[in-house]
Amino acid sequence: MSAAYLSARGLGVRLGARDLIAGVSFDLPRGCLAAVIGPNGAGKTTLLRALAGLVPSRGEIRVGGGDAAALSIRERALRFAYLPQGHAVHWPLPVRDVVALGRYPHGATDPANLPRRDAEAVARAIAAADLGALADRPVTELSGGEKARVALARVLAVEAPVVLADEPIASLDPRYQLDVMALLRETALGGALVLVVTHDLGLAARFADRVLVLKDGRLIEAGAPAAALSPEVLAHAFHIGAFRAEHDGAPVLVPWVAP
Amino acid sequence: MRVVRSQFRGCPRNCKRRADIEATERERSGRRWRPRPASQETGRRFNVTCGGGSAEDVILQVPHTDSAVTVAEHAPRRRWPVATLALFSLAALLAVLSLGAGPVALAPDTVTAALFGAGTEPHRIIVQEIRLPRAVLALAIGAILGLSGAALQGLLRNPLASPALFGAPQAAAFGAVVVIATGLADALSFALPVAAIAAAFVSVFVLLAVAGRNANLLILILAGLALSALAGAGTSLAVNLAPNPYAALEITFWLLGSLEDRSFQHVALALPFILAGAAILFANRNALRTLSLGEEAAQSLGVDVGRLRLAVIAGVALGVGGAVAVSGTIGFIGLVAPHLARPLLGYDPARLLLPSAAIGAALLLAADIAVRLIPATTDIKVGVLTAIIGVPFFLYLIVRDRRSLTGGLS
Repeated sequence: MSAAYLSARGLGVRLGARDLIAGVSFDLPRGCLAAVIGPNGAGKTTLLRALAGLVPSRGEIRVGGGDAAALSIRERALRFAYLPQGHAVHWPLPVRDVVALGRYPHGATDPANLPRRDAEAVARAIAAADLGALADRPVTELSGGEKARVALARVLAVEAPVVLADEPIASLDPRYQLDVMALLRETALGGALVLVVTHDLGLAARFADRVLVLKDGRLIEAGAPAAALSPEVLAHAFHIGAFRAEHDGAPVLVPWVAP
Repeated sequence: MRVVRSQFRGCPRNCKRRADIEATERERSGRRWRPRPASQETGRRFNVTCGGGSAEDVILQVPHTDSAVTVAEHAPRRRWPVATLALFSLAALLAVLSLGAGPVALAPDTVTAALFGAGTEPHRIIVQEIRLPRAVLALAIGAILGLSGAALQGLLRNPLASPALFGAPQAAAFGAVVVIATGLADALSFALPVAAIAAAFVSVFVLLAVAGRNANLLILILAGLALSALAGAGTSLAVNLAPNPYAALEITFWLLGSLEDRSFQHVALALPFILAGAAILFANRNALRTLSLGEEAAQSLGVDVGRLRLAVIAGVALGVGGAVAVSGTIGFIGLVAPHLARPLLGYDPARLLLPSAAIGAALLLAADIAVRLIPATTDIKVGVLTAIIGVPFFLYLIVRDRRSLTGGLS
């Protein structure tokens, strides 16, 4: 793996007297799909929000060789594209206008008057998420899977070096889950660092280059899927075992508790 | 087989037809649809199954040949400049009509002559000194109410939001009522508007202090609700304690909201605040659009959501405080104007601001003309009329949009 693009050192987020996450340190390169896994309440969402600069955090975050804390809101938005959980859009805007909002940090604040460079980025994102046929439909009329792809296209349109996706495949049917993970994989191959929070250990095992395992706000394991999803780690983090196999050269992992 | 020759120009219906074709083709081929260069699409034929049977569509033209993915203009967006201009023209027309309406009805040519200093002395006085300030105020106040309503609905991502939600008009009315009740208004005519604007400011500052800088919308709404109730109670107390029945009557009538007997002094006092408020709201229009994705996503796109919220509330307080100061409380224009704009221009919060202002101005001007034309022994106050027409209309909107309204607030 190449040099680290995103590094955290002793990253912590405190809410009142409680540490949501504490002492989280990792290094991740570009071109990498990293899955963030852990039990409910382990601090996965908090970690992404801290990286995106949406909650005040302690410790150090370095991105592209610079201190993230020194970035303005807009500079940070150019480096971190954040996909929140739930991906709601509150007005029935046409799909292409929603995707065009991803160009806001680049200064293209009006979807109706996009500079050529931004219009092309929007077109690329729409094509990548396979939304060409839906581009003029109001986003509120779409199915859940289509809405998820719109939300993803909006994040891809930022064309940021780091993509933070919080449970992008929750509540999607299996086909869309695979499509979305494949799309995130492609994004990573294109040179971005993609962090995906997911509860699907099978998809993490199959698609991720790195796996970060959080438990009670601590990073208990970070590494290649084979090591980070080992029986010991799963037993410690989730109190579960797993069925393991290989199919078409890819690892298969199914969470399993002995009956 | 019926031959349909569809020309794709980017209107929603044709876009949808095209979307249908692409979806059908994708299903048939069983793989991911990939956009093709326009040159390969032109002239292609598709069999499309629709409603009654199958049809053959021929693509005659594909917009924007340089891009594989169509960048067709969305119809409401293309319509926007024309529609906005038309709405402002309507408001201007109503303003001219309002100069001719009243106990002395004047023809448009008489109005124009009097406006530019010609015509008889009484006509000049009626048009320039009595009706012109009233028309200017109706235009400005209606516009700022419409603009504030659209901005707040965008900020809260809730089509039921209105300036009244944050308690600003109620507080402004309370400030004015205190001045009337204590008799200061007679001694010092400027005390009334100044007190109203100050009270609007105080209410907003208290709102922010109670809710905290990074409070969520639910807390803001609850705090706004409590402040409106408090301002309402204060107003009732002022009426209750009024030194004599005449003062109570004056307060009650003032609260109804009216544009009668306003002079250019009133215009000079309200207009700077209204313009400042409108400028702040309009300057934040693009940030409001990103809020369509929710606060977290907007913040992650580089919008300082805390600052945006502060700016919108300050803009609303300035504009609405200035408006309430000279007109009393005129309700439902801020609530209804954006709803009238949406069917014409779509839901984009940024693109609704100016059309909502134009519709608000047109609504208030029309209402102010109507109260002069309705035959009644006592003058009907314009605030009463806007409420009587506005509330049933709004209830109708709620019933119509009931399904989509649920879950509008995060």
